[in-house]
Amino acid sequence: MSSGQAMILILGGHLIDPAAGIDAPKDIVLKDGRVAEIANPGKTTLSKARHNADVQIVQIVDASGLTVAPGLVDIHVHLREPGQGHKETIATGTAAAAAGGFTSVAAMPNTVPANDSPEITRWMQAPERAASVRVFPIGAATRALKGEVLNDYAALKAAGVVAVTDDGHPILKDSIMREVLINATRNGLSVIQHAEDTRMTGGCSMNAGPTAFRLGLRGMPPEAEYGLVERDIGLVSELAGNGKGKPGTQPHLHVAHTSTAQAVAAVRQARRNGLRVTCEVAPHHFLLTEEHIGAYDTNAKMNPPLRSAADRDAMIQGILDGVVDAIATDHAPHASHEKEVEFERAPNGITGLETALGLCLRWLHGEWKMPLGRVLSLLSAQPAALLGLKGRGTLTVGSYADVVIFNPKQEWAFHAKDSRSKSKNTPFDGWTMQGKVRWTISEGRVVFQA
Amino acid sequence: MPAKASPVRRAFTPPVVPGPPFSITTPISSGSLLSVSSLTLESVSEILAKATALEQEDPLKRARHLAKRRVALLFYESSTRTRTSFELAAKGLGADTTLVSSLSSSIEKGESLKDTGLTLKALGAEAIILRHPNSGAPWLLERETKLPVLNAGDGMHEHPSQALLDLRTILAHLRPGLTQVTAKTLSGVTVTITGDILHSRVARSNMLLLPRLGAQVILCGPPQLLPEVAAEAGPGISIERDFEKAIGQSQVVMMLRIQAERLAGLQLDLEEYKAGYQLNEARLAAHASSDATLVMHPGPIVRGLELTGEVADGPRSLILEQVHHGVAIRMALVYRALAQNSSATGVSA
Repeated sequence: MSSGQAMILILGGHLIDPAAGIDAPKDIVLKDGRVAEIANPGKTTLSKARHNADVQIVQIVDASGLTVAPGLVDIHVHLREPGQGHKETIATGTAAAAAGGFTSVAAMPNTVPANDSPEITRWMQAPERAASVRVFPIGAATRALKGEVLNDYAALKAAGVVAVTDDGHPILKDSIMREVLINATRNGLSVIQHAEDTRMTGGCSMNAGPTAFRLGLRGMPPEAEYGLVERDIGLVSELAGNGKGKPGTQPHLHVAHTSTAQAVAAVRQARRNGLRVTCEVAPHHFLLTEEHIGAYDTNAKMNPPLRSAADRDAMIQGILDGVVDAIATDHAPHASHEKEVEFERAPNGITGLETALGLCLRWLHGEWKMPLGRVLSLLSAQPAALLGLKGRGTLTVGSYADVVIFNPKQEWAFHAKDSRSKSKNTPFDGWTMQGKVRWTISEGRVVFQA
Repeated sequence: MPAKASPVRRAFTPPVVPGPPFSITTPISSGSLLSVSSLTLESVSEILAKATALEQEDPLKRARHLAKRRVALLFYESSTRTRTSFELAAKGLGADTTLVSSLSSSIEKGESLKDTGLTLKALGAEAIILRHPNSGAPWLLERETKLPVLNAGDGMHEHPSQALLDLRTILAHLRPGLTQVTAKTLSGVTVTITGDILHSRVARSNMLLLPRLGAQVILCGPPQLLPEVAAEAGPGISIERDFEKAIGQSQVVMMLRIQAERLAGLQLDLEEYKAGYQLNEARLAAHASSDATLVMHPGPIVRGLELTGEVADGPRSLILEQVHHGVAIRMALVYRALAQNSSATGVSA
């Protein structure tokens, strides 16, 4: 991506870079895939030299009236390649990411075959995949996601993985999870857990409770989530104690897509106890409840499932009070023929890359008055820091030229049929969004423009 | 790295978001019957009145109502009563019926419900009667085919025609001659439903329908088969674990089949179950509030398990009467499904 990178000059925009503490009108110069200069309006060295024939400005972006921010970072997406290209490819999934303002996505390893090797990790990042934005593979914690034999984390990390997880096949055995945490920590990798005690959720297709009873569907009890979160926190605590706080001995546990009040409470408590435990929440879990299943709408079926109103409110609370570290979409595309089936037979998951920013701005900022900088931080600076993605999630000089430029006031209607994703399985079809993405720039390349 | 968690609780208003694209209480076609919750008391009255009118009509005249109209029965599960009575009902109105069952059809070859439904529509089916092992399947079929769909039992969810025929049976005994139901029609009537409530679509449809007419519904059974959340399914529903206490308060005792195929994994001892919940003569004699206590069962019954042969064959038993009422109710439902369609399209019935 480095050859032939020329300059992009972003003029007249309002820069919000939470990590750098900037919230002011700034002009920006991007050069060779990096941020070259940030200056007050009209004060970049380039704007003075604009008419100098020696300087080749390939593109001037007029960002007047628009917000300029670090490209968004989604640490939980399913790009379906290798193996399930009928749902999504790395090319289509990252095109959807670009349209949603994301410039970095971390790809889950539940591909076919599972990403448990350096070869697959490298294959996913190869130029032939034609990715619009940067893909950070997450490696399988155990071979073929079976929860038995640990993979070679050093080799995976050298090939580019940024964390390990067994994703939808959570690691139930204490002894294996302990080994995973120890080995990941030794290799400087985070451990992500999809917290679901699958011994309690067999045959279940929604949240347990009165709604499940009324619909005649088997329900996943909230304990299946928070019980495993508590177990994992116990292991982290034990290992942190063994290391006696020495640097490099503290495991980092990241809880994926928390959906229950008790799981957020457990993370809150772990943090008070000084442990490195972080969590993310998906937009559907802070907006929707199990009632949204309506007449067995398979676009409201995902795992973890939509929960009760009390759980949904706890997600909002956790985001507002700061215990939640990141908004992540759990973008999980499925072909229409796979979703147009009986509710219990439909696969779990919804798409999310093109609706996350619009929903966060509409609700977290517009409705619940969270400052724009904090919303953007949850979508960029914090998730980037959480997975140690250096030079991402900020626009300080020298950082990657990953930029999203959007109109924060503009309302628009999202239509699934217009999605760049190969799949259209979303419960947000027709919803009003706030904040229209106008430009997305990934490492100095314009990858989306509207 | 992570923002410091602040203990400060912030007030916020929960989001008022757009609702789901499809509601369980609003079928796409007004001729469909997917859930009892979509029925107004007016439409219940109309169905009951139509059932009586059709039942009393001369069979030859009756057969002209839906002469040569096409009704498909799509059965993914075995059935004796429901299938036969829907079939006799449709034929009694003159319709041509065709039966597709999961064995001996392309369903065996992996055809989806959507494709099977569209195929039946292309073959000329004007309404589909569906029995399916997955809860919610009728909504999918209706969405994809846009045909009126009659739910003949979906998974653990609902069996609305059974609740209507049970209602007709109850009314025939407790409110004879009544033609119009209201929210007070069954005031003072308590119906106990006993057995495998968790897996029962009959229980769900009855517990959602009968209280709307003023009845009290008591659910009875061990916790494995009757979770506490069942009481939250709607108004007028309570749980009584002591079967004998429940019998004593009830005018109607409705027994459910113990579904051996659904008990895998549940810790349930059948002998203990019988000791606590079997309906037998001794129990009825000792605890029934009167000789007039009615015994019902949607069938198929397992004699000697949920109830004894003596009770099933006894004077209080309405089991075969229920089957009889089923044909009349289903005539009204098939009529309703196709009559709506004809008035919309101008096709003469």
